[in-house]
Amino acid sequence: MSTAAKTHASLTDTPQAHVAHHFHTASQQFEAAVQGMWIFLATEILLFSGLFCAYAVFRTNHPEVFEYAHQFLSKPLGAINTVILLCSSFTMAAAVWASQHGRRRTAVALLCLTLLGGFGFLGIKFVEYEHKWKEGLLWGIHYQPHAENASAAAEAPAVAFGEPAVPAAVSASENIDAAPAETGESDPAFRPASLGPPGLRRTAASAAPRTEQQVHNVQTFFGVYFLMTGLHGLHVIAGMALIAWVAWRALKGAFSPAYFTPVAMVGLYWHLVDVIWIYLFPLLYLIH
Amino acid sequence: MINGVLAQETAWPSVSPEGGTFWLPPEASSAASYTDDVFYFIYWVSLFFFVLINALMVYFVIRYRRRTADQRAVSGATHNMRLEIVWSAIPLALVVAMFYMGFRGYMDLVNPPSETLEIHVLAQKWSWNFTYPNGHDDSELHVPVDHNIRLTLTSNDVIHSLSIPAFRVRCDAVPGRYTHLWFRPTRIGEYLALCSEYCGTTHSDMIARVYVQDPAEYAKWLADVSDPFREHSFADVGRMLVARRCSSCHSIDGRANVGPTFKSLFGREVKLADGTTVTADENYIRESLIYPGRQIVAGYSPVMPTFRGQLKDREITAIIEYFKELAE
Amino acid sequence: MSVIDPTVPTALPSSAEDAASDNYLTRPSGLRSWLFTVDHKRIGVMYLVSILTAFLLGGIFAILLRTELLGPQKTVIEADTYNQFFTLHGAIMIFLVIIPSIPATLGNFVLPIMLGAKDLAFPRLNLLSYYLYLGGALLALLAIVLGGVDTGWTFYPPYSIEAAPYNGVIVVLAGVFLLGFSSILTGLNFVVTIHKLRPPGMGWFRMPLFLWSLYATSIIQILATPVLGVTVLLLIVERTLKFGIFHPGLGGDPILYQHFFWFYSHPAVYIMILPAMGIVSELVSVFSRKHIFGYPFIAFSSVAIAMFGFFVWGHHMFVSGQSPLVTVLFSLLTYSVSIPSAVKVFNWLATMHGGSISLKTPMLYALGFVFLFGIGGLTGLFLGALATDVHLHDTYFVVSHFHYVMLGSALIAMLGGMHYWWPKITGRMYSERWGVTAFVLVIIGFNLTFFPQFIMGTHGMPRRYYNYPPEFTFLNQLSTIGSYVMAVSFVLMAAYLLHSLVRGRRAPANPWGGATLEWQCTSPPPTYNFETPPPVRDPYDFRNIEYDPASGGYRRIVPVPATVSKG
Repeated sequence: MSTAAKTHASLTDTPQAHVAHHFHTASQQFEAAVQGMWIFLATEILLFSGLFCAYAVFRTNHPEVFEYAHQFLSKPLGAINTVILLCSSFTMAAAVWASQHGRRRTAVALLCLTLLGGFGFLGIKFVEYEHKWKEGLLWGIHYQPHAENASAAAEAPAVAFGEPAVPAAVSASENIDAAPAETGESDPAFRPASLGPPGLRRTAASAAPRTEQQVHNVQTFFGVYFLMTGLHGLHVIAGMALIAWVAWRALKGAFSPAYFTPVAMVGLYWHLVDVIWIYLFPLLYLIH
Repeated sequence: MINGVLAQETAWPSVSPEGGTFWLPPEASSAASYTDDVFYFIYWVSLFFFVLINALMVYFVIRYRRRTADQRAVSGATHNMRLEIVWSAIPLALVVAMFYMGFRGYMDLVNPPSETLEIHVLAQKWSWNFTYPNGHDDSELHVPVDHNIRLTLTSNDVIHSLSIPAFRVRCDAVPGRYTHLWFRPTRIGEYLALCSEYCGTTHSDMIARVYVQDPAEYAKWLADVSDPFREHSFADVGRMLVARRCSSCHSIDGRANVGPTFKSLFGREVKLADGTTVTADENYIRESLIYPGRQIVAGYSPVMPTFRGQLKDREITAIIEYFKELAE
Repeated sequence: MSVIDPTVPTALPSSAEDAASDNYLTRPSGLRSWLFTVDHKRIGVMYLVSILTAFLLGGIFAILLRTELLGPQKTVIEADTYNQFFTLHGAIMIFLVIIPSIPATLGNFVLPIMLGAKDLAFPRLNLLSYYLYLGGALLALLAIVLGGVDTGWTFYPPYSIEAAPYNGVIVVLAGVFLLGFSSILTGLNFVVTIHKLRPPGMGWFRMPLFLWSLYATSIIQILATPVLGVTVLLLIVERTLKFGIFHPGLGGDPILYQHFFWFYSHPAVYIMILPAMGIVSELVSVFSRKHIFGYPFIAFSSVAIAMFGFFVWGHHMFVSGQSPLVTVLFSLLTYSVSIPSAVKVFNWLATMHGGSISLKTPMLYALGFVFLFGIGGLTGLFLGALATDVHLHDTYFVVSHFHYVMLGSALIAMLGGMHYWWPKITGRMYSERWGVTAFVLVIIGFNLTFFPQFIMGTHGMPRRYYNYPPEFTFLNQLSTIGSYVMAVSFVLMAAYLLHSLVRGRRAPANPWGGATLEWQCTSPPPTYNFETPPPVRDPYDFRNIEYDPASGGYRRIVPVPATVSKG
């Protein structure tokens, strides 16, 4: 079916049917679309950059939180997800190639495979999230780990949200004989971030995971984890919607060597989604 | 909300007392004069360029005015490299000078000398609390003249900022961390400290008196206030505490304010926001001070900060005694 | 002897009448044709109407604020109401008015025509930008109904997370998120258009400077706005789901928020000012009838300002508790931005030197810009210097500084651009006399409002103050009176501009004698801008543009060899 002429079909010697009125040629239109898409991808990277920055700041200031908490993430599941996304990027690129060469059925099949990869990724993410939910390993105020996760009786966040978290030694006046023993004033479960870690007290035995007692503010890690993977997950869903749309149009025969721009653009987007995960995986799962 | 603190009492000190210039308050700290030097350097350079640019503009408009619709330009000049270099280099040199002067002043502002009198500052909505080296807490800042004073600031709730314009100092008070500022007051007198980071309803009434005193007077004042129980009755101490710590939100004469009035409070039945009624007895007063969010009075917002850790038991008792007096 | 250039439609009566009945405004007709338009000109007009409406709303809040400040204690409203009003005034003016202002209105309208193009690169994306703007605006305004917001437009935590008692916060933040994407997509559209739709013969250095400024602005919009997006997202989840990124009670860091917020919001002020400077470049050149002086320097200075603007955000945080080292670095970098700005002003002055200067209303606004930006920019120097900033931070000095640059410079330039392109957009001329009158009132009112605020600030009066120490009463009253004068001037402006739509003289194609391409199509332009792309020439070469008394405008001539003019 494909002759040399077809596979090398160029964009410039095509009918102007797909070219919008304000463009002169199809190639000008395509180049504009590509440039626009790359700029959009840049904005997406910057959107995530805030989260990467928050990660960097918190990890630099409290490395022990990240070392302790990342153990609760499943490296095998994360690795499988990475492979799934990489493969789906490959099938996506192949789908673009197929579209470009007029291979309608191949393109649709490859797009469906890519979509399948997306579902697989989301499925594994669901499993991971469910595990965290059950174990109480959530963000911020909802961090309420169950006893078997820590060697000490971990308490729910002791400082009620909205109450002051005053650094210990502000006032020399005697403390009021406080009513119900809420929490030891001198060691609240939440330490304000700026006070720094309580110290890397490694016991002699300790290659073992740090205990809950020694590590404060673990919920920070899970906050960052859910924010980053959550936002990424939203982008995966958006990408899958776009792939489904493009697959549908491809099935209808909307694309040809003269016009396959939407497939190419969705492809670029999916590659970005993949690249972001490539960064997320080691940063969250592979901490040493 | 009725009138704020500045209208409740007379004779608050000025933000910018007598003795200053058209632009600036009087210089009441050692750092002030250098800061003002920087200010005036930038001011005169700016004024010079402003006058120059606008004078040229006006001159050109007059000199090259278009008198007929088809009048053309006189000159065809479109560029001049030398001019571009000159009018980039000169401003560059000037702004680098401005940076340097500002930098020098700043280095002084953030590097206190080694010998300082340390005072802790706790900011909360909407009052300042100063803790002196002997442990006494006060809502006023008293300092001995010609001594180096170092303030360590933090906040109980949201970000506030302590500003004392006469000293040319300012620093944010951030919850969860400590910040610092230092100054050396050089002029005896009364000044005003203001909150300059928006923090809610009565942000603009979160002000504190600043007294720069003769060292002997400062010492006497500190001794006097540190143990008021020595000289005063419980109710009197309670009255002083209430005036200092509570009056920005509660009145004692029956007017409603951010919080309910204390007049005739003690012993009364109080209607709460959840519909229940309680008696305003000793336990109620104590509970309101420590856990203010638990029993909100109907018709008021839950904005009262807690005084846990800030009031000693004796002080709470003093306040309760004062309320009993107010109810008579 | 000269010959009228046949490639340009002349402003003969018949053409003017044709243009009046058959242009982008009249054809196609009907509400649906407007709601679903992808014509950049119509979208620009829709933006203009929306943005001016938002300006009216933000202005009403401003008048209410200034009225409350007539007296040092309560004058007309409660503290909580006042705090909500200054928050809404700031949020509306910044996100709904001044950030989109010039790019979305005048940029959308003029950019493709200046390129001789038929539309922007992505017309449908342009419409999406507009609806995102509208959506974001409606959400933000919904906040007023849902309980208000009183955090200040900066939304600093922890106050915005826990203490701000009103739930309007989340709605406003969601609105800001949408508005951010509107801005990003507009910037994206402009960048690709300038790269890909320039006509043959228009290299980068043959573009009008307005386009250089829009390009630099678009770069900022693309790179900075996403950071605002993630910041408001984080604030929303912090407040609703208690994530603990910024709240110290949960292990978070409130100063991290300030870094995120200002990383966008400082470059944002260059989004506001760069297009304004681009307009001034056009106005000064056209109304001096002289080639712009130092074209490459003005072009590069726009790019330089855009670049340097990304490195200085920390100067909003000198007293926040960040480290002295970082503070010193930011102060030094801050001064780097002042030099390109100064270079522009000097080049404009040099353009005027030896020119043929006409003081029509647009030019008055350009000169007003130079005057007010002089004050605004120079007062920035006080804030960049560390010692003085410690004294002036969060006082009325800052309030006055940013009003001088945002209102006194950016908005004034937009008004100049509006008056300049009004004939092109509407096909009508407004009354020059009323234009001058309103201008004079604006300048008087503006300075009366904001100059006293510098004095309040240096004497220590903090900003966002509902009550103030009585020693500041007189200055506050002066300021309030000034605001009333300004309000009158804007009402007047609206009146004569609206009047021109029904009674104004029909505009010629080139009423001012401009040499950029938009003056070569009719006023208003036809839907497709140009039937055939006009030839590209130097946009600041006025030698072959002469006055045509018959039409009251200018036209392009072709010089005959014997009488080639050199002037």
